[in-house]
Amino acid sequence: MQEHDTSWVRTEMALAQPAPAGVRGLGAWVRTNLVGSVGDTILTVIGIALVVMIVPQVVSWAFLNAQWTGPDRTVCATVAQGGIQPDGWSGACWAFVNAKFGQFMFGRYPIEERWRPILVAILFVALLVPLLIPRVPRKGLNAILFFGALPVVAFILLIGGMFGLPHVETSLWGGLLVTLSLSFVGIAVSLPLGIVLALGRRSKMPIIKTLCVIFIETVRGIPLITVLFMASVMLPLFLPEGVTFDKFLRALIGVSLFAAAYMAEVVRGGLQAIPKGQYEGADSLGLGYWQKMNLIVLPQALKLVIPGIVNTFIGMFKDTSLVSIISMFDLLGVVKQNFSDANWATPQTARSGLIFAAFVFWLFCFGMSRYSMFTERRLDTGHKR
Amino acid sequence: MKHIAIGILGAAALGLTATAASAGTLDTVKQKGFIQCGVSTGLAGFSAPDDKGDWQGIDADFCRAVAGAVFGDGTKVKFTPLSAKERFTALQSGEVDILSRNTTWTINRDTALGLNFIGVTYYDGQGFMINAKKLPGVNSALQLSGAAVCVQSGTTTELNLADYFKSNKMEYNPVVFEKLEEVNAAYDAGRCDVYTTDQSGLYGIRLTLGAPADHVVLPEIISKEPLGPAVRQGDDQWYHIVKWTYFALLQAEELGITKANVEEMKTSDNPEIKRVLGQEADTKIGTDLGVSNDWVVNIVKAVGNYGEMFERNVGSGSPLKIARGINALWTKGGLQYAPPIR
Repeated sequence: MQEHDTSWVRTEMALAQPAPAGVRGLGAWVRTNLVGSVGDTILTVIGIALVVMIVPQVVSWAFLNAQWTGPDRTVCATVAQGGIQPDGWSGACWAFVNAKFGQFMFGRYPIEERWRPILVAILFVALLVPLLIPRVPRKGLNAILFFGALPVVAFILLIGGMFGLPHVETSLWGGLLVTLSLSFVGIAVSLPLGIVLALGRRSKMPIIKTLCVIFIETVRGIPLITVLFMASVMLPLFLPEGVTFDKFLRALIGVSLFAAAYMAEVVRGGLQAIPKGQYEGADSLGLGYWQKMNLIVLPQALKLVIPGIVNTFIGMFKDTSLVSIISMFDLLGVVKQNFSDANWATPQTARSGLIFAAFVFWLFCFGMSRYSMFTERRLDTGHKR
Repeated sequence: MKHIAIGILGAAALGLTATAASAGTLDTVKQKGFIQCGVSTGLAGFSAPDDKGDWQGIDADFCRAVAGAVFGDGTKVKFTPLSAKERFTALQSGEVDILSRNTTWTINRDTALGLNFIGVTYYDGQGFMINAKKLPGVNSALQLSGAAVCVQSGTTTELNLADYFKSNKMEYNPVVFEKLEEVNAAYDAGRCDVYTTDQSGLYGIRLTLGAPADHVVLPEIISKEPLGPAVRQGDDQWYHIVKWTYFALLQAEELGITKANVEEMKTSDNPEIKRVLGQEADTKIGTDLGVSNDWVVNIVKAVGNYGEMFERNVGSGSPLKIARGINALWTKGGLQYAPPIR
């Protein structure tokens, strides 16, 4: 009785109809997003006006009128300024950045030895990228190479003085090399140290707790500039004559300890957010203190505070610019130092150099920030609200 | 009593380090194989990095000249860029052997800070730059009454400015900024009529203005800023080497010895040239100083004479185009004068 040939029963599904013309396409998007209300319309008009006013000028300054190569200031100066450009010309002086690019990257690192930092950078990227991509296997080996072997290799390559490599003192380092090595070491030291300090601060043992509180509160109470300044100006006066303590190392220690104190407080925030039941559950399973922290508490706590941790990293990356007050030249410091080169002194030089520095900083900070968002989503296994 | 004891101990410790410091900078330098030279963190014409990152400028070249005297090789110098705050500590603590960093020679620095300035490699002074389009017909600072003056705050420049206008019974509007970049931008945008800072700095700033040709540096100098290299106190030998390197640069210019003709000059008949270049028989001028007898030859080979050094770095051979002015030799109406080398 299943078979009946009543023709009014449809045998196939009705095809989906396109949405009405009023709610699709560019017109609808414009209607809802740009001119949805009187307020929106006004804002849209203002926005378009701003874009029209700014963008063409920026494009013509940064690209169309820009000078990309040249031997000295004449390519970036108008005739009245002693150069070759027509009067009224205004464009970016990328020729300055181009001529000084090696310095911006490596500072005064000897030119014939610059393959060493380049090799370190290649190794760094080659080990970091697989570490960051979750799908790539052998994370353990990778991490050992990255955190164990790479620092040693980088140290030998960059400093030299052994295996036939000429010694390059750190006072010659500069530019992005200083920025990256300061922040990488700072990041690598501050996270574990910060975790230890955070655990110490929540410890029930009074001496450890007091020491951690004193350290954290002292360091957080001093500006980084003061720490660096003390390390570079006061310390040499206390040391005996002839005993010099590498300035870069002093800055490295200062920056790392400073970041660790901030990191400790970020991690403590995460530890406090873990419900008491988790601690008690771990205790009831008979786990010891370190097992409890490693297996139960820290994985949850650190996941919670990823935004805070990355925030500290990004802040520290940018804070490395402060080392210029102790005459070490990070990227920004080297760029500004080169403004004093009379061969490149033009009205456009400073602008171009600073925009270049800002772009490089943005590139790194934006990269860190995007990766942290990706990690957050990937580890978002619970607590979904 | 206890405090006094601690004080004595402290003084003894300081004294110990001071004697340790005086134990022959020349020997230490020779042992190291290079001179550690403190320079600025970047000042056009005095010490600034070029495209390769090498330090160029009068101050940097002066250290090369000393290296020429000591090693016969002007490249045996390592430069340490120092901020204004760090510079004296770096010299006192032995981090650098010479401080050649556009530093003004004052009595306080000679006495209280324990430095020895060796001379004046550049006579600078605070000057004025005006926009000639906005102030036509002004050719002296005394005509600036009522002008708006751009100046950096918290500097001696600001105080000198106030003194100058007050003592000449003139009025002015100070337009004060904290950062040098801000002062430059304000002046270029026409927020003030006059810019005041050290005259050598004015020439550098003029290069970064939109229309440099409209701006004129006025002839008046309202303060004395004698810039020179300094060494630590308590090491007379090193002090003499550095000081006489400076005099040798001047003497070479006076005698017409240049980088190009120094080899020919060695065979000159002029007894004075022969003496200066160490070509006299049994000369002991160089060895008495602690360097080789052809030290002046080496200095000139390294950087040229004072005039060449000046023109190359700040004068006609550089974008700064600063006139010799009072930095000319005494024979040409300037202040640069060297005692005889004999």
